[in-house]
Amino acid sequence: MSGLAIKNLSMRFDLPNGSHVQALQDVSLHLNEGELLSVLGPSGCGKTTLLNIVAGFLAPTEGSIELNGHSVTGPDKERGMVFQQGALFEWMSVRDNVSFGPRMAGKKQAEWGEHVDHLLDVTGLGDFKDKAIFELSGGMQQRVALARCLANDPDVILMDEPLGALDALTREKMQGLVLKLWKETGKTIILITHSVEEALLLGERLLVMAPRPGRIHKEYNLPFADMGVDGDLREVKKADGYARTREEILGMIWDMEEEIMGRSEDAS
Amino acid sequence: MIGFIILGVYTAIFVGSFLLITYLVRSATNDFTALKTVTFGDESAVRPNRWASIISIVTIFLIWGSFTGSNYIPGFLHAPAPFVGETTFTYTLENAEGDRDDATVFVRVGELGEKAEKFEVEPGEGMAKDDALAMSASRTETLLFDRNDEATRKDGAKVVAIDGQPIGPDLSIRTDAGRFALTAKGAISFTPSSGLQMDPLYLPPPEAVVNRFFEIATEGYRGYLLYEHLGISLFRVVAGFFFGALLGIPLGYAMGLANWPRGWFDPIVEFMRPVPPLALIPLMIIWFGIDEESKIILLFLAAFWIMIIAARSGVSGVNITKVHAAYSLGASKAQILRQVIVPNSLPEIFTGARVAMGVCWGTVVAAELVSGVNGAGFMIMAASKFQQTDIVLLGIILIGTIGFGIDVLMRMAERKLVPWKGRS
Repeated sequence: MSGLAIKNLSMRFDLPNGSHVQALQDVSLHLNEGELLSVLGPSGCGKTTLLNIVAGFLAPTEGSIELNGHSVTGPDKERGMVFQQGALFEWMSVRDNVSFGPRMAGKKQAEWGEHVDHLLDVTGLGDFKDKAIFELSGGMQQRVALARCLANDPDVILMDEPLGALDALTREKMQGLVLKLWKETGKTIILITHSVEEALLLGERLLVMAPRPGRIHKEYNLPFADMGVDGDLREVKKADGYARTREEILGMIWDMEEEIMGRSEDAS
Repeated sequence: MIGFIILGVYTAIFVGSFLLITYLVRSATNDFTALKTVTFGDESAVRPNRWASIISIVTIFLIWGSFTGSNYIPGFLHAPAPFVGETTFTYTLENAEGDRDDATVFVRVGELGEKAEKFEVEPGEGMAKDDALAMSASRTETLLFDRNDEATRKDGAKVVAIDGQPIGPDLSIRTDAGRFALTAKGAISFTPSSGLQMDPLYLPPPEAVVNRFFEIATEGYRGYLLYEHLGISLFRVVAGFFFGALLGIPLGYAMGLANWPRGWFDPIVEFMRPVPPLALIPLMIIWFGIDEESKIILLFLAAFWIMIIAARSGVSGVNITKVHAAYSLGASKAQILRQVIVPNSLPEIFTGARVAMGVCWGTVVAAELVSGVNGAGFMIMAASKFQQTDIVLLGIILIGTIGFGIDVLMRMAERKLVPWKGRS
């Protein structure tokens, strides 16, 4: 069975004071190959935990994850990660960062050189490939992170708020780049974000999660990502249903946040 | 007393040169920091004034030369020298019956450390007879004035005044010639005016140190030339540090990467860390004797714990997302160690190495002070036993210079090898 299957995932761990945290409860989901899923939710809803389990950095207490029929037990190059920031290797040049995966797999430069150079060009880093990481702006660093992930040709790309640390303008440009690369490569992508707009623009499917315990609250199938691939992202924002869906989701998340606040006020 | 005067002069130069330089020199730089109006409280806007650094160093040498009467600096800058030459004073003797008579004492004061030649004077008239006193500068001499007088202290005679000023057992006085006091038995204790210059025994002038430098560089001290003394100290430091890093860094990595070594070595490291290496010197001597072996093992221990902790914190300083990213890109554990953890911990290791080198350099000097037949520390220890203060000063200056040089080299290597430090 192809695609990514998340089956009845639960995650519960003990705290030093004897109580416990139910980070995820019975999360099930199936993602077909080439789908782009964005995940939204208030802080503490377990979206990053979910991503870390899919990446193989955490083990769930119940349930399982299967990718293309085999189960996931640890990190692997079939599931690439793009982090918010700080995941690049400062002691390597841009090109060495991007070619890290193939090089670690023991491949010769002849095998990866063309692909890496192509990715550098696509991400607009062609002129910067010999620069040091600390010489790049935040937006460029995230492009390096994207290119590095793609250079390894993973089946699934997991993005943990990849654009969260960027300014609004750079962020818009990068959203376009993510869509473009998604269409070009046909990768399955899970994107965690805090921004409702970003989730709407990029997510072919959109998952809203609720906190305490972390669970799936509502799922959407959205047309905006497909519109954005060929068109202007700002035109997409004027499209039918965009504003209404955004308000609906914002309202949903606001209610959850207020519930959390109310609960913590009761406690204190 | 002299200390307060030196402090006063130093403070005056500090303030005076500040006012003068701010008045005379306008900053030529016009960079971003120079345009900041808020500098008080903005540490990043505080930059060392190079003029202050230069004047600071010049001032130290100026004060040193001035208060030691150095011939490197012009005479008018010298602090008042101790009195040398001839002087006289008179004392008034009162016998048991209350009769008084004056007598003159002729004093010849020699250079510092050199007693003037003994001489005789005519005794003169009266109950009290004139005396002669030969002495050296800045020293105190006791004058048994009544050896030639008709009335002696045994007869109940006593000194009641010097140069007309009353003096008594509890009353010491100061005249143009110097300071006077009476000893418990009534003899006159005289100290000629000592000026404001330091006795070379305490602080030799700069030229004495410079001359010693060339003397020891060419003729040696205690059987070793200067470069051999310094070289052997450096060798011990480098050897001890090398072995400390060689074993400490892998152990630190092990402690940062696995539970068992972390638990195993944690108590040992935490226990040994606060033990100053100096406290281990006696044990090292008992176990390994006073030769090279004990010193190098001591320095090894000094560097070892520092390098373990540096490597361990280097590993814990690795941003976990880098490690996760590397795993997701398919890197093996060995590759992650080699490609991610080692380079990422280099800045911490360099910081540790700088600290370790500093501690080792300090420790080697201390170890040589305690035992040994060569080395920078041995040199100053041996010299101090013979009151050769100039060699002691020379040794301290060279130790400081080399320690500073080591740190500069380490910082240059750091900039070269970890250019990304502090920039991620």
